[in-house]
Amino acid sequence: MSLKIVVLAKQVPDTRNVGKDAMTAEGTVNRAALPAIFNPEDLNALEQALRLKDAHPGSTITILTMGPGRAAEVIREGLFRGADNGYLLTDRAFAGADTLATSYALATAIKKIGEYDIIIGGRQAIDGDTAQVGPQVAEKLGLTQITYAEEILNINEETKRITVKRHIDGGVETVEGPLPIVITVNGSAAPCRPRNAKLVMKYKRALGAQEKVAITKDGATLPYAEQYEKLPYLNITEWSVADVDGDLKQCGLSGSPTKVKAIQNISFQAKESKTLTGSDKDIEGLIVELLENHTIG
Amino acid sequence: MANYYSEVPELKFHLNNPMMERICQLKERDYRDKEEFDYAPQDYADAMDSYDKVLEITGEITGEIIAPNAEGVDEEGPHCENGRVRYASGTTQNLDAMVKAGLNGMTMPRKYGGLNFPITPYTMCAEVVAAADAGFGNIWSLQDCIETLYEFGNEDQHSRFIPRICAGETMSMDLTEPDAGSDLQSVMLKATFDEENNCWRLNGVKRFITNGDADLHLVLARSEEGTKDGRGLSMFIYDKRDGGVDVRRIENKLGIHGSPTCELVYKNAKAELCGDRKLGLIKYVMALMNGARLGIAAQSVGLSQAAYNEGLAYAKDRKQFGKAIIEFPAVYDMLAIMKAKLDAGRALLYQTSRYVDIYKALDDIARERKLTSEERAEQKKYAKLADAFTPLAKGMNSEYCNQNAYDCIQIHGGSGFMLEYACQRIYRDARITSIYEGTTQLQTVAAIRYVTNGSYLATLKDYELMPILPEYEGYMNRIKEMTNKFAACSNAVKEMNDQETLDFLARRLYEMAAVNVMSHLLLQDATKAPEMFAKSLEVYVNYAESEVEKHFNFIRKFNTEKLDNYRK
Repeated sequence: MSLKIVVLAKQVPDTRNVGKDAMTAEGTVNRAALPAIFNPEDLNALEQALRLKDAHPGSTITILTMGPGRAAEVIREGLFRGADNGYLLTDRAFAGADTLATSYALATAIKKIGEYDIIIGGRQAIDGDTAQVGPQVAEKLGLTQITYAEEILNINEETKRITVKRHIDGGVETVEGPLPIVITVNGSAAPCRPRNAKLVMKYKRALGAQEKVAITKDGATLPYAEQYEKLPYLNITEWSVADVDGDLKQCGLSGSPTKVKAIQNISFQAKESKTLTGSDKDIEGLIVELLENHTIG
Repeated sequence: MANYYSEVPELKFHLNNPMMERICQLKERDYRDKEEFDYAPQDYADAMDSYDKVLEITGEITGEIIAPNAEGVDEEGPHCENGRVRYASGTTQNLDAMVKAGLNGMTMPRKYGGLNFPITPYTMCAEVVAAADAGFGNIWSLQDCIETLYEFGNEDQHSRFIPRICAGETMSMDLTEPDAGSDLQSVMLKATFDEENNCWRLNGVKRFITNGDADLHLVLARSEEGTKDGRGLSMFIYDKRDGGVDVRRIENKLGIHGSPTCELVYKNAKAELCGDRKLGLIKYVMALMNGARLGIAAQSVGLSQAAYNEGLAYAKDRKQFGKAIIEFPAVYDMLAIMKAKLDAGRALLYQTSRYVDIYKALDDIARERKLTSEERAEQKKYAKLADAFTPLAKGMNSEYCNQNAYDCIQIHGGSGFMLEYACQRIYRDARITSIYEGTTQLQTVAAIRYVTNGSYLATLKDYELMPILPEYEGYMNRIKEMTNKFAACSNAVKEMNDQETLDFLARRLYEMAAVNVMSHLLLQDATKAPEMFAKSLEVYVNYAESEVEKHFNFIRKFNTEKLDNYRK
């Protein structure tokens, strides 16, 4: 059976290698200092989608992302690895969204896409670490969800049920659910495959409307401009709130009940130090202490 | 995020060589594929951008997957199980990533699923991969055997086999036998025609076959019963799907552990002829070997780069006598000459690959239409240059990577002798490069005719006319003087008029030609990018000059009578 798969992906600042200038003086993320990357667990999710496409020829993968114009990069990265198309939800009204408003926007866009069997994304994004968006999308669409997935084992074409191995504390469990379904993928799943040479050459000029504007804003001409008319797949679709028939009140800041009241910079400081010898007694004492305060366990 | 391509800006410098414009134009036939294939380039700039992007992918896979796997692959190695090869687990991972990235059949036409890349960017990918794991480099780079099948196979064979290689199946070239190593004329593997099944059958044993359990094999076998020399040999295609060839054992080697070196037993294995009978060795294997030699030159440059990187990092990090050892003249001298040999050798490698690119693209055009007289002249010129430069690139780079690996261990001191640093693997892996695909001694044999017929001298004279920065005039004069000494030595040896003396002195003449060529190439590169090559130019010309002087002194004082003291 051929599947319609939607991959939820987010462009995030690379918080894995933060330097001194990672935060602004106001305590917000200094996005200019951190390179924008494809959220790592979303790449794990994309790999699971690509494996389904390999196993079920004729399947299609759509990348859905929300962000500023430059977030079209996430869609290109998806296309370079085997996704078929993508939509960029981009509108000032989407800005400042918490997980509720984000999942509202995504669910609304998924309804607009219309046909879907599997909606799959990473467990969480490295800039927020909430792990709420996937489950909320499932709730808003009224779908079953499987979280912490590590591997999609198979799909029974007759019963239209999917079997998934999911990561749990101290092991894995295998669960089954009905299609259509929302799956969030854990970072322990298989890493994403590399970009494919032919796909990179095919899609390297794919651009969203805002990116085209940015290139031409100082009077520069768009390279190979004629290609965009001839080859529709080079135009990355941008959707505004209106394009997905969204309710403005539920989008962005106005749709976000989460309010940041204050942000504090915390610097860790050692207040006291202990000296331990290498004796068995000292080591045992340390282990007991670390167990008690849950540093290890 | 390690990237073995973008971290070596010299590669991009060589990619952007002006000769690429002509190469792309020929290889892309004026960009005619753009209507038919969505990944074909629109024009020259687009093609170059695509090469750069594909090199980025290769560099990323190399940095993220192949390099971290290298140590495990070296330790685990491949295993022989029931006549088949099981790769080390890291090798399987590497191969899977390369296949998923579509980096196979890179030089093949798009209609067979290839990328239609010129040999130069492909060779760069081979260098990048070898810098992380030279053994894996072999398995992946053997895809270039498909060039020979493309050149000499028929259309039916093209359509059946090339798409499989582009999809990621692997290849091997089955040449060596227990009694036929450097002397391939002695190959005995028997090919007989099976009238009943209308196919050829292969029987016998091959030895030292790299990646011997590959999907497709090009096999050199004796098709003409009763013959004893190269004229009785033909080239065959063996498809593993047909069965009949088993791996008897995998050799236990000093280096390139990831690359399975196999002893193969052919038991009535079904095979098909590639090209014409009797041309197996004298035409097809010569072409195959020339391609493979360029591959080994790339592998050698990759290893040289790896040795330099490891040596440099250690020298910066290691402190003795209160300072980093890189601050000691004895250490920075080693690093400077390593980098100079690396830059000089790489310049030679890509100059050679560009020569190969032009003549091969013209060869391929000649299969579609008659070449114009200008094109024929161009084809002849570059074919000759490629033939003359290939043994220089292979021989010199393989020697340089061994020297660099040696110095890399030397910089590490006692730690380098322990098996815990990467330098020991580089040292072991480098050792084969000056042996397989023709030893350095055989590269000398291939090159010496271009010394005696004046080809190298003519090329060096052409290089003297290349534009250089005014402040490099001094280097040009020194190189001219070196070339005069090379010419004097060539003439002196010719005047001795004795074949054995020429054979004896050939290596010295070969090296003189090579260091002269490389000095010129570095001078040209430093003219274009002084910030990248000025130091290496100085270091290399100092080195080359002393090498020339050494050989000049030796040859000047030599005569035929002295040979007797060397004979054993």
